[in-house]
Amino acid sequence: MSHFSDRVDKALADDNLSEALKKATSQLVSRRSTAFSSLEDAENLRDIARNTKMKILHNLEDNLLKFEKSLQKNGSHVHWAKDAEEANNVVIEIAQKQAVKKIVKSKSMLSEEIHLNTALIKAGMQVVETDLGEYIVQLAGDKPSHIIAPIIHMTREDVGNLMHDRLSVPFSDEPEVLTRIARRKLRQEFLDADMGITGANFGVVETGSICLVTNEGNARMVTTLPKIHVVLIGIEKLVATFEDLNRFLKLLARSATGQKLSVYTSIIQGPGKGTETGPEEVHVVLVDNGRSGMLGGDLAESLACIRCGACLNVCPIYKNIGGHAYGDTYAGPIGSIITPGLRGLAQWHELPAASTLCGACKEVCPIRIDIPKMLLKLRQVTPPKVKASISLRMAIKCFAVIAGIPKVYKGFTAFGSRLLRFLGSKSWLTNNIPLLDRWTKVRDFKTPAKKSFQRMWQEKIAKDGK
Amino acid sequence: MMDQSLPDKAATVQLFHTCLINEFYPEVGMAVVHILERLGIRVEVPLDQTCCGQPAYNSGFLEETKKVAVKNLEVLSSTEGAIIIPSGSCGDMIIHQYRILFAENPDLLKKVDKVSRRCYEFSQFLVDVLGITDLGARLKARGAYHPSCHLLRGLKIKDQPKILLENIAELEMVEFEDPEECCGFGGMFSIKNPEISGRMMDNKISNLQASKVDMVISCDMGCLMHLEGGLHRKGSQIRVRHLAQVLDSGVD
Repeated sequence: MSHFSDRVDKALADDNLSEALKKATSQLVSRRSTAFSSLEDAENLRDIARNTKMKILHNLEDNLLKFEKSLQKNGSHVHWAKDAEEANNVVIEIAQKQAVKKIVKSKSMLSEEIHLNTALIKAGMQVVETDLGEYIVQLAGDKPSHIIAPIIHMTREDVGNLMHDRLSVPFSDEPEVLTRIARRKLRQEFLDADMGITGANFGVVETGSICLVTNEGNARMVTTLPKIHVVLIGIEKLVATFEDLNRFLKLLARSATGQKLSVYTSIIQGPGKGTETGPEEVHVVLVDNGRSGMLGGDLAESLACIRCGACLNVCPIYKNIGGHAYGDTYAGPIGSIITPGLRGLAQWHELPAASTLCGACKEVCPIRIDIPKMLLKLRQVTPPKVKASISLRMAIKCFAVIAGIPKVYKGFTAFGSRLLRFLGSKSWLTNNIPLLDRWTKVRDFKTPAKKSFQRMWQEKIAKDGK
Repeated sequence: MMDQSLPDKAATVQLFHTCLINEFYPEVGMAVVHILERLGIRVEVPLDQTCCGQPAYNSGFLEETKKVAVKNLEVLSSTEGAIIIPSGSCGDMIIHQYRILFAENPDLLKKVDKVSRRCYEFSQFLVDVLGITDLGARLKARGAYHPSCHLLRGLKIKDQPKILLENIAELEMVEFEDPEECCGFGGMFSIKNPEISGRMMDNKISNLQASKVDMVISCDMGCLMHLEGGLHRKGSQIRVRHLAQVLDSGVD
């Protein structure tokens, strides 16, 4: 796996990416804010949603068992998977039992998280992504770079060129034309598929319903046409009742795309019974994959995330480096918590450090998840050896001691100031000076003032004769 | 925001001058002093004050932060009156983060409570406590106001600096794109991730340049030191100014 800073360098050097990100995120941000202004009592709704989610998480085990019962009552098969491997094996087993050859999928972040496509292909099955963005990502052999806008990193021209190359169609950068091409290609796939796989936006405990929110209608094809439907759902995605679901739906669409409600909201309640439409079998796979380890801990709040992506769109870091630089399925501020949370801090400690803690994410999160607080917490539990070089660690340790003794502190800062002025000889340091080279890499360093404020102040007092 | 007790307007105040102002921008501290003294307030500067601890805190060094914060609390506790902090970021650290830092130490928490109730960010003190919106300043310039993140989202101070700026004679305040977006300073972030920090700074500077301003005004010298470094490297004529400097312009 590449280093975070290499991925950042690559992203920052990509002008096409910057342009695509700037356009798309600013559009999403302004749509969100318009949509929220039309929502009566939005702030109250956010509070309620937060409390409901935290309540569910607090008692997750019981809620999951209730959910399982409700699902079974509806005629769904329930499977539990503690990690990615188990989840993938469950899906492969279901598929193999029915001799499934072709699978159609509708967007599931969780299936990205567990690398399901790779596992299915390895088991000899064909998998087709059917959300437009995911379909394009699959054509490109790429990965999604945003929670709700998987190809936010691509321009219309990029998509046109890709389709031209891979599907041998004439080049066009018209969204309507490109969508029509994808639609034609996908129609046959829906009819041919033996199995459909989707994620789930919400699981309703009381009724055992799976709620899917989409804008393209493809999820309805995936969940009704093939004879088997497999749902992958993270164990944290529960809501208690339909009333709660209603609240979350209001917040999700507004936060994600600035819509009052998504174009399609599908509620799936078990298999089609006899003459009804719908698959013969519905399998729900409840996936843990690191989530239960976060329960009750410092990062538990991040499990309340409803994957709207609003924090990505406002994040000045995400806006400039895009999703791929984060190196895993979940990008942006929330990803910088979820990724270390699920996968361990050792390999992912750079993500929580890559934030200015500006708080824009917390401000827009519909569930009021305190993202900056958790980023700080992760920085605190990062082992000192990993989070800072020896010189920086020593510097901070010395600083803590020195700052505790006013006289020494004053002497030290005065000496530092003189040293810097000496090195700079003028008012600005522009070259690479040891310890400051990471500052002067992108900006000049102003040398300290000849006279500190405290000295000016003391001279003033003397003069005023106080 | 927490309930803060209103000090007697004419009382003595303590100036928490911050490290950056002390070493790099003493003129900002002096501007704060001038303004307060002109209003008939007696200013004191606790000379033993030290760093608020935020650089260590945001880097995840909790024990080291506590050492610095304890000292700072001790120094501030031994003083009287309102504590004026000309920085949203140091203000947020002392007012909000110290509570989290010492959440499990009831004795220190009491001290934090007493001190933080006396703390005011500079513009907040002028507008909310003293009720002053016009200081009679005059400055012929085109200015843009950069709301620093910790001031805006930490202390929730949004309008106070703008009101004060609007009342400066001859100062034309100009809108620019994405004013509320972080400038990319973020304390240690600027050193840990210079590439991203630099890109964010470039965005901010281009937006300021597009609005053809003479100066960018803010309530945090951290953001301004970072932006000034970028402006200097680019050879830009745009100047950086703390709110206090601007409010202290053109007054005898």
